[in-house]
Amino acid sequence: MTALTQSTAPRSERRYQFSWADAGPFLALGALLVLGFLINQDFLSATNLSNVITRSAYVAIIAVGATFVISSGGLDLSVGSMVAFIAGITIMFMNVMAPTLGLWAIPAGMAIAVLAGLLCGLANGLIVTVGKIEPFIATLGTMGIFRALITYLTNGGTIPIDKSLREAYRPVYFGTLGGVPIPILISAVVAVLGAFVLYKTKYGRKCAAVGANEDVARYSGISVIKTRTIAYVIQGACVAIAAICYVPRLGAATVTTGQLWELQVITAVVIGGTALRGGKGRIWGTIAGAVILELIANLMVLSDFVSEYLVAAVQGVIIIIAMLVQRFSK
Amino acid sequence: MFNRKWVAAVAVGGLMVAGQALAADKKVVAVSIPAADHGWTAGVVYHAQAAAKEINAAFPDVEVVVKTSPSAADQVSALEDLSASRKLDALVILPYTSEELTQPVKAIKDMGTFITVVDRGLTDASVQDLYLAGDNIAVGANTAKFMIDKLGGKGDVVVLRGIPTVIDDERIKGFQDTIKGTGIKVLDIQYAHWNSDEAFKLMQDYLAKYPHIDAVWANDDDMLLGVLEAVKQSGRTDIKLALGGNGMKDIVKKVIDGDAMTPVETPYPPSMIKTAIYMTVANLIGQAPVRGHVKLDAPLITQANAKEYYFPDSPF
Repeated sequence: MTALTQSTAPRSERRYQFSWADAGPFLALGALLVLGFLINQDFLSATNLSNVITRSAYVAIIAVGATFVISSGGLDLSVGSMVAFIAGITIMFMNVMAPTLGLWAIPAGMAIAVLAGLLCGLANGLIVTVGKIEPFIATLGTMGIFRALITYLTNGGTIPIDKSLREAYRPVYFGTLGGVPIPILISAVVAVLGAFVLYKTKYGRKCAAVGANEDVARYSGISVIKTRTIAYVIQGACVAIAAICYVPRLGAATVTTGQLWELQVITAVVIGGTALRGGKGRIWGTIAGAVILELIANLMVLSDFVSEYLVAAVQGVIIIIAMLVQRFSK
Repeated sequence: MFNRKWVAAVAVGGLMVAGQALAADKKVVAVSIPAADHGWTAGVVYHAQAAAKEINAAFPDVEVVVKTSPSAADQVSALEDLSASRKLDALVILPYTSEELTQPVKAIKDMGTFITVVDRGLTDASVQDLYLAGDNIAVGANTAKFMIDKLGGKGDVVVLRGIPTVIDDERIKGFQDTIKGTGIKVLDIQYAHWNSDEAFKLMQDYLAKYPHIDAVWANDDDMLLGVLEAVKQSGRTDIKLALGGNGMKDIVKKVIDGDAMTPVETPYPPSMIKTAIYMTVANLIGQAPVRGHVKLDAPLITQANAKEYYFPDSPF
């Protein structure tokens, strides 16, 4: 334990100094906001900004979990399919419970979502740690499994939520509390909790230590298996929370729900300053990264410069520039 | 005429061989379709299975076998498996891709099997005996015609298109050619990949960008679901029409219920697989001539005829 404290001391000291690299995502966010305003005045309207930040909430929430997984040296490609799968079983349970429980089916369904998320995350974690399978391959496997399960549950179509629950559940995505959309509040709470665990607790330090150097961490008495498995379980819980916010938006889970979200999540995490090879996690940077991704997409539509055929290319260029700025500002 | 006799001769020959092994000399119709990986293909699977069940019950001497495949490579293997174990009298196929499936289908044709191709053509048109598809240009054109009428010939429209493919291009072309010269102005057109979530976001952005929109066209119903949520959230009242396409049951239900914003629908029905299977069996059993090209039109689905296109038990 003493070894751990010593090795992490310089790290925490550095955090209180101003670092261009750590500020990078926030500077990029600021630059995008200015650019957006210059392109289209409507960009900074309260409605537009609240729309964009609200819909970045899913990726942001999942990416908080991914920050744990990635900083501990892992990777999770299954999150997009997992959202679809959890959303699917949540809706099925809510629909089954609706006749007996009435509106209480909604919180009961949410509890089932969280339970399912924890179990899915645990499965991923155990396959990677105990099974000693490369995270990329292990989660590529579970990605296929979750996607196939939602396809099976929906018969390839959609699972809509029961009409009696639809209106009552709607506010979880569309409602506001004190003028702030609820998904934004939920992702803020998730981020605060995530930041606390990653920066202020012993587990957070272990996570970074395992990601930085597995062998050194093991010799320091850290259980690598336990640390990584817990990271995947946290990821599963985050996916479940995202699914809970996702269901009320369109009121259905479909085969294409969450498709390619895993790539958006990983991009958000990396834009945010977390090292893809592990050892360093940045929760607030991750949140900024998630918002940046949605802002870029939003800007593409609001501006008239880019042909519809080239939108994806311009998005790619902006992401690469953002990463280059970070690389050279170190 | 000659061809049909030839097929019949081969079929009889096949039956004689099969008859030695099996007591029942059933005619086998294999149906090879993509696995359900989104709403439309889920509909194809549903209607193919329904057709198989109905035909197997109605004609004791016909056996329709449905096989779904999750990719082009799997579909090629499935064809080999289907034709290896028994003689196929007919094959009804909705190919994943034209290029990869042409040769394997030709190999089956060379064994004397009647070939029906649905929706996506093969690169060598001489392989197919019957080709049946919907009309994507009409999907766009008929939607546009309705919009022009309903909006009195002028208005501002935003369009959501799907994935860059021939299907998408044809629908957009049909729409744009029809509004040419009218007062209908397309404010914006962007890809939303036939995905409800992406369509929801894109519609939010359209609403932020344009203070006045008369009508929305999403060229697929999955996207329309996202559009309708975004419009509902915005509380905007300027949008008079939000139209889709494909014939999803949720949207057809809206038409039946007389929804003000979505009063019509244009079909590109997954049930076309059923039409193809029935026609193939008609040729096999009733000697009804079916060789040729069949193009299903995309007539507007209105409250009057919506029941014909409504399948509450289908996943799509």
